[in-house]
Amino acid sequence: MVASSLSWLIGGAQGSGVDTSANVFARACGVGGLQVFGKREYYSNIKGEHSYFQVRVSDGVVRSHVDRVELLATFDDETAVRHTRSVVPNGGIIYDPTLIKTKIANVPTLETPVILGLEEYLRSKGLEPTLENLLIDAKNSGVHLYPLPYNELLHVIGKEIHEESASILQRMVNVMAVAASFALLEYDFETLTKAIRLTFRAKPKVVDMNIHASRKVYEYFTTQMYNKSFPFKLQTIKTDEQRILVLGSQAVGLGKLISGCRFQTYYPITPASDESEYLEGHEVFDMKPPALTSQVMENPQVEEVAYLNSKGSVVVVQTEDEIAAITMAIGASLAGARAATSTSGPGFSLMAEGTGWAGINEVPVVITLYQRAGPSTGLPTRHEQGDLRFAMHAGHGEFPRILLASGDVEECFYDTVRAFNYAERYQLPVIHIIDKSMANSNMTVPVWDTKKVKIDRGLLIGGEEIQKMVASEGLFRRFKFIENGISPRVKLGTKGGMFWNTGDEHDEYGHITEDPTNRIMMMEKRMKKLETADGEIPLSEKVNFFGPAEADATILSWGSTKGAILDAMDILKEEGYRINFLQVRLIHPLPSEYLGYVLSSAKKKIHIEMNYSAQFAGIVREKTGIAMDNFIVKYNGRPMSSEEIYYSVKKVLAHPEEKRVVLTHGA
Amino acid sequence: MALKLTDYKTTVHNDWCPGCGDFGILNALLMTLAEMQLEPHGVAIFSGIGCSGKTPHFAGTYGIHTLHGRVLPFALGAKLANPNLEVIALGGDGDGLGIGAGHFVNAGRRNVDIAYIIFDNGVYGLTKGQASPTLQLGLKPKSLPKPNINEAINPIALALASGYTFIARSYAYDVKHQKETIKKAIEHRGMAFIDILQPCPTYNDINTKEWYGGDDRKDQATGKPMPRIYKLEETGYDPVIKDPENVDELRAKITDVIVRSQEWGDRIPIGVFYQNGHVPTYDDRLMGRITDYRKIPPAMQVFWDENGYPTTDLTKLFEEIRVL
Ligand SMILES: Cc1ncc(C[n+]2csc(CCOP(=O)(O)OP(=O)(O)O)c2C)c(N)n1
Ligand code: SF4
Ligand SMILES: [Mg+2]
Repeated sequence: MVASSLSWLIGGAQGSGVDTSANVFARACGVGGLQVFGKREYYSNIKGEHSYFQVRVSDGVVRSHVDRVELLATFDDETAVRHTRSVVPNGGIIYDPTLIKTKIANVPTLETPVILGLEEYLRSKGLEPTLENLLIDAKNSGVHLYPLPYNELLHVIGKEIHEESASILQRMVNVMAVAASFALLEYDFETLTKAIRLTFRAKPKVVDMNIHASRKVYEYFTTQMYNKSFPFKLQTIKTDEQRILVLGSQAVGLGKLISGCRFQTYYPITPASDESEYLEGHEVFDMKPPALTSQVMENPQVEEVAYLNSKGSVVVVQTEDEIAAITMAIGASLAGARAATSTSGPGFSLMAEGTGWAGINEVPVVITLYQRAGPSTGLPTRHEQGDLRFAMHAGHGEFPRILLASGDVEECFYDTVRAFNYAERYQLPVIHIIDKSMANSNMTVPVWDTKKVKIDRGLLIGGEEIQKMVASEGLFRRFKFIENGISPRVKLGTKGGMFWNTGDEHDEYGHITEDPTNRIMMMEKRMKKLETADGEIPLSEKVNFFGPAEADATILSWGSTKGAILDAMDILKEEGYRINFLQVRLIHPLPSEYLGYVLSSAKKKIHIEMNYSAQFAGIVREKTGIAMDNFIVKYNGRPMSSEEIYYSVKKVLAHPEEKRVVLTHGA
Repeated sequence: MALKLTDYKTTVHNDWCPGCGDFGILNALLMTLAEMQLEPHGVAIFSGIGCSGKTPHFAGTYGIHTLHGRVLPFALGAKLANPNLEVIALGGDGDGLGIGAGHFVNAGRRNVDIAYIIFDNGVYGLTKGQASPTLQLGLKPKSLPKPNINEAINPIALALASGYTFIARSYAYDVKHQKETIKKAIEHRGMAFIDILQPCPTYNDINTKEWYGGDDRKDQATGKPMPRIYKLEETGYDPVIKDPENVDELRAKITDVIVRSQEWGDRIPIGVFYQNGHVPTYDDRLMGRITDYRKIPPAMQVFWDENGYPTTDLTKLFEEIRVL
């Protein structure tokens, strides 16, 4: 049977190369024309704690993870202990036969509740709590066991490649587990070697060693005829599509480069810093042939040379804290750069005052907020959508901001460009809210079309325009009262454009004033920009609507639940359910009229959100007066799987009285 | 046509208390800009929050009045985005050495080419006279309910330890000395710091103009006051590092700075304590990685074509993650 989809999981101690092996696996699938979705789970720890990577692969689109595991690849005892019970009957487990005597209680990094749970489970079946018995129990329920004698094979491999260093050889266990998986799946070996080459491209010796080891494992598993018993198979497919395998954090980084973000600040924090490091690693990049001279008008300060230049660059500054990160980005924006900062909850907490300053001074700045489970340091490496209300309200006083929420890796890319456009067009802070799950998930997607987006710098005007304005109106008024709230803006350094900024209330020039009439007008001018934005931003950028117009139930959600909801909907549809799904991307200003229209006609309204209090449902209720019927929430730090959504949606459909379903899956 | 002092002024009403040292600093600063004939639009003055923070509103340059304690990161962001700007940061002693102390220290590590002026009045002026980080232990200016329980920060020594490459002090009522010092700070390539002793006649009734001037300690022979302030340059003090490779010179000068920075009370030095023009600036360091940085800094890049489409070319970056 050729699987149309497979769920594969590899795990190991942090620092042992789990990510790399998952990358090789996902790449090999991608190179073979398959599509993948990968999810990474890890502790707030550098070495020793358990981390795992789950890759779902399919011949069609795949957008989320599932709870079940069809093939578990392990090279340590802990991974086998933790994940064996997730393996489905008929699935397989690759393990190191020298480790099976491990007593469950002796795995030092297992949490006590996990140990007690497994011990109780095995004892209830009359078995002593050891890994061996756990595996035997799995076998009894139909799971196939595939012992891979890592050390024996490494010994042989070492001799063949004249490598004596045990520690160097040991580094290949990851790729061996991957190779063993592909041997069982009878996947094309050449495709695997391509993926190994891509992954270790800078290190030819490592490439050779790993290919050698992989071949050895393939041969070993085939001679043992293990592949005969394993029912799942993967085949390469031909396609003309050009695809990339990309992480959420990379998608944002790439989005920033194409947006023209040329100044990025950050203070290290999980899971946001990956993006800044990616940017710094790619700080100099190519530009397409010179822009046309008409741009001289728009941007008169640029020296001639800029037009002829074929390289662009981004300055990435690691600041002393997040207060410096936001304020430095604002400073750069005042000078005229597209500027951004990236952080997660604890860092964003420190940015509140700076965000308000950008608000009152109408400075465009983009904050990429990678939510993780809070409060405080919370679960530093785990997922949650708990910062929505905070992002909406952070900062004292009232000022306009835009809150944009992406739903997947691809949206992260395109929405980043929109975030900058909104920031400059409406001259305000834009919070692009994403999360840990998206940041650390990778996905195969068609290579992005950079012609799908445009750059909109709004009313940023240059020297010539400002001279004309000054000639006709007198001194430049940076905060000139204009009907739609948006006044022309210049870069610091522009001749004739001198302006002042202050966190105090100010007049049209930017000077402090406490005049009550001015206050009213300035407040109204600033807040008006939200109305303007609401009126101008097309609906297609505000929401996504999926499924039939007429449905028995409507799901409302936002952010990274998107993939799991869509995957669950596919199955529900096959079973005859008529369900549609409204994914909201522009959280603030909320397209309340449209939401009101969709929700008021919905037969049943199911809300799905990854936090305790269903924050977004509260916001929708506030803005539309509409209350959701059922709530599916989760706050254990692990993203929702499509199975969880599938079952919970069915549950609330069958039992409408179950107002609130709390999901709990995930290791 | 030469620029005149009035070209650097605004008509904004100045609400500092009569006799405030801030007036002296403002005048000296604007006079320096005029003497240097810097185009007003090429200058951006950033400030923190406090009485001192209002300064930019009185200057006819770009004026960015930021948040309490955050003036440095704002200013650095602008300078790094466009190194052609002449960026001057200023603010109170509470602003720079209390709430903003972390930025003060970290700015020293970067050596960005800007000048930073602290209005050092020993109090939190705008919040009605509480102790600032430069107020000496045990002093009780009139609005403190009890004597100051904290030791004072030594701004000069802190700047040295943090890596500032130009460190000076001046006095708010000595316009000429301030002008010379501010000019040197602006001309210095790298992060320049000036601690300006600024009497606050309203709240600091201890470190007053009269106190600095030595009115309370007259020379017995002449009957004249013996000023507490003296000029380093008049003692033959040489702050300039000439040969950065010369460890002995460096060590001797650093020692001098520390020794002089400890002087307070009856002898208070002003002038340039330290100047090292040999440390690579932040943009020198950036140039090592981004060779076009000065030619096309972040604020000057064009990344869209005449139809508004982005012109950044991601081909190579996509190539790194291509699977098909
Ligand atoms: C975050 C924050 N905390 C407190 C204040 C209140 N505040 C305004 S000015 C000031 C102190 C100003 O003292 P200093 O920096 O020495 O400036 P000066 O008024 O003496 O020039 C304080 C604490 C504020 N504006 N922001
Ligand atoms: S309170 Fe002091 S520092 Fe502030 S304006 Fe008055 S005299 Fe100057
Ligand atoms: Mg003060």
